[in-house]
Amino acid sequence: MTSVTDPPQGSFRLSMLLNDTRYRSYTFQFIALVLLIAFMAYLGVNLVRNLAAAGLNISFSFLSDPAGYDINQRPIEYDSQSSHLRAAMVGILNTLIVAFLACVTATIFGVIAGVLRLSSNWVVRKLMSVYVEIFRNIPVLIWIIIIFSIMTVAMPAPRAFRGDNATSSMLFDSFAFTNRGVYAPAPVIDGAMGWIVIAVFIASIVGIFAYRRFATKKLYDTGQLLPTLWPSVAMFFVPTILVYFILGRPITLDYPSLQGFNFQGGLHLRGSLIALWFALAIYTGAFIAENVRAGIQAISKGQTEAAASLGLRPGRIMNLVVLPQALRVIIPPLISQYLNITKNSSLAIAVGYMDVTSTLGGITLNQTGRAIEAILLLMLFYLTISLLISGIMNVYNNSVKLKER
Amino acid sequence: MKKTAFIGALTVAGLAAGMASAGTLDDVKERGTLNCGVTTGLVGFASPDANGVWDGFDVGVCRAVAAAVLGDSDAVEFVPTTGKTRFTALASGEIDMLARNTTWTFSRDVDLKFEFVGINYYDGQGFLVPRDLGVSSAKELDGATVCIQTGTTTELNLADYFRSNNISYEPVPIETNAEGQQQYLAGACDVYTTDASGLAATRAAFENPADHIVLPEIVSKEPLGPLVRHGDNDWADVVRWSLNALIAAEELGVTSANIEELAAAPTGNPEVNRLLGTEGELGAMLGLDANWAMMAIAAGGNYGELFEKNIGENTPIGLARGLNAQWTDGGLLYSPPFR
Repeated sequence: MTSVTDPPQGSFRLSMLLNDTRYRSYTFQFIALVLLIAFMAYLGVNLVRNLAAAGLNISFSFLSDPAGYDINQRPIEYDSQSSHLRAAMVGILNTLIVAFLACVTATIFGVIAGVLRLSSNWVVRKLMSVYVEIFRNIPVLIWIIIIFSIMTVAMPAPRAFRGDNATSSMLFDSFAFTNRGVYAPAPVIDGAMGWIVIAVFIASIVGIFAYRRFATKKLYDTGQLLPTLWPSVAMFFVPTILVYFILGRPITLDYPSLQGFNFQGGLHLRGSLIALWFALAIYTGAFIAENVRAGIQAISKGQTEAAASLGLRPGRIMNLVVLPQALRVIIPPLISQYLNITKNSSLAIAVGYMDVTSTLGGITLNQTGRAIEAILLLMLFYLTISLLISGIMNVYNNSVKLKER
Repeated sequence: MKKTAFIGALTVAGLAAGMASAGTLDDVKERGTLNCGVTTGLVGFASPDANGVWDGFDVGVCRAVAAAVLGDSDAVEFVPTTGKTRFTALASGEIDMLARNTTWTFSRDVDLKFEFVGINYYDGQGFLVPRDLGVSSAKELDGATVCIQTGTTTELNLADYFRSNNISYEPVPIETNAEGQQQYLAGACDVYTTDASGLAATRAAFENPADHIVLPEIVSKEPLGPLVRHGDNDWADVVRWSLNALIAAEELGVTSANIEELAAAPTGNPEVNRLLGTEGELGAMLGLDANWAMMAIAAGGNYGELFEKNIGENTPIGLARGLNAQWTDGGLLYSPPFR
């Protein structure tokens, strides 16, 4: 039999704030909080006073002034007469573009390398160890500069493609690898017809998922196994291609061609984007590989052996038994790798990629001299985007984590 | 994390804005060295030689100020700055003066709170292209890829020039002159643009300078000069008149060769006497020794000597005096009188 004794209900005395263990921690936390606030207030007052002494003020009105400079990679309409705010938006989009590309690529590299590091093949295993150890132990800035320098020095300049006896030629007449980046054909959507083709394509992808879900349900309900591979492939290609030809090929490719000083037309992946993208991907991929390996090794060997004794092949053991459980261990550190990629993308400045640190925190800051305002806005942006990424990834983590019933 | 970053920003901001206190002259005297901001390396203007000793036209101005204030032209700590870091370095007090071919503009003077003390080089923005590109005018550069240093006035001039001529270009932003040179030589950009003097200096460092030409268009006015923080007028006076002393010395025929002789005893020219401290109290008015200007001129010679030695026609850079000749020779150099 247990008995619960209430704590003594004595009247509260001031000395209990120090002597009573129930209140003491609150007292010290309160003191620490007051000191912290006082320190921040001191810094704030100091800043305001020094700004006033220098005759400066905090003002964000510079954001609506014309920026006056040009940006090479413009996902949205922008010219030198657009506002600084617009320039910052272009920078933000460029940051998001490189961060997204690098996150996807790093995940692919990381998962492949992580799984292969546990391969039973000695050569593959050691090769992956070498990849991980080399790439994660050299600073990412060095990788960015290495890739960029190699591209600049080793690739031919566009003028090498000119003339009858050109020293370089385009791959399949559609891809040009130059030291200014890679030029590739770009799809041109021709009016409403083109959009119909795209809509059909998206619809068929949705259809594939719906069909697979239906097949799984059928399997669970009736035990009847429907084929999934070839219907999926058929659904992927057939409707889109049919519509494409029926509507008279409304989507064409815009091929790059050498005109004047540069290749014109097509899609231009600048050297700075490629360098930043791949450097971030291979560098962070090495960390993700270690996360994946740790996640897989966290699954008890008994699981693999049990699956093997049921007759599953190694590939299926990995996909159906090990990885779904390993994801629970992999996702949380993966979130911080994604955050690292996003924040490391600010190293873009080293190769002149116009991300938000280069536009708002670089040229705008420099031309207007509004350092404090620009840096505050940058902090706000990176904080927002980081919290957003970790929020989204946490939702995903909740969906794969162990459901306790 | 949020708090730490915030404190960090406030600290940076505090540094950036806070230390514009008066008394730079006293600080420099007490420290015994002058902290002078220069480029990260532009041959002829400021670059370290094989022994790591900084040399060049802008460096000469730094050394003259150090000699005037401290009596020792070697008492200079050279702080390399990029186009982006230079103003923060000056505003934060990391450097006492900036002599880094910086263009005097309204907003830098008024809005950024700096004090341009004079002009040591009248420049303009030009374009450098490989000769085999077959271009003879900047107006033919439609669609070209242009390497440009970020955080400079040239960046804005470039945008204006191409817009007003209704031609397009692709900017490749670079951080330092060395990076620009590398990109340009590798053919990653068709054109390199910066101040014409900088182009001449950059081209001089090429393996085959003759393979590259500077286009005839000069698209802007770029008066380059040393600058200090706003609000410390005593210090601004010291730097301003050290520069003027170099210019006046050339006009008055005072050179590093004859300065010992001229300063030994009062000469027949009263302005030379006042400049060299053998007459009047000009040095004391600045809070410096009477022979301050003599030390400044002796450090590297007068303006003309500095020019000829570092960037003149007999150097690899090979710049003509042009606008930078004395007013008596049809140039723009005109020092106010020492009186």
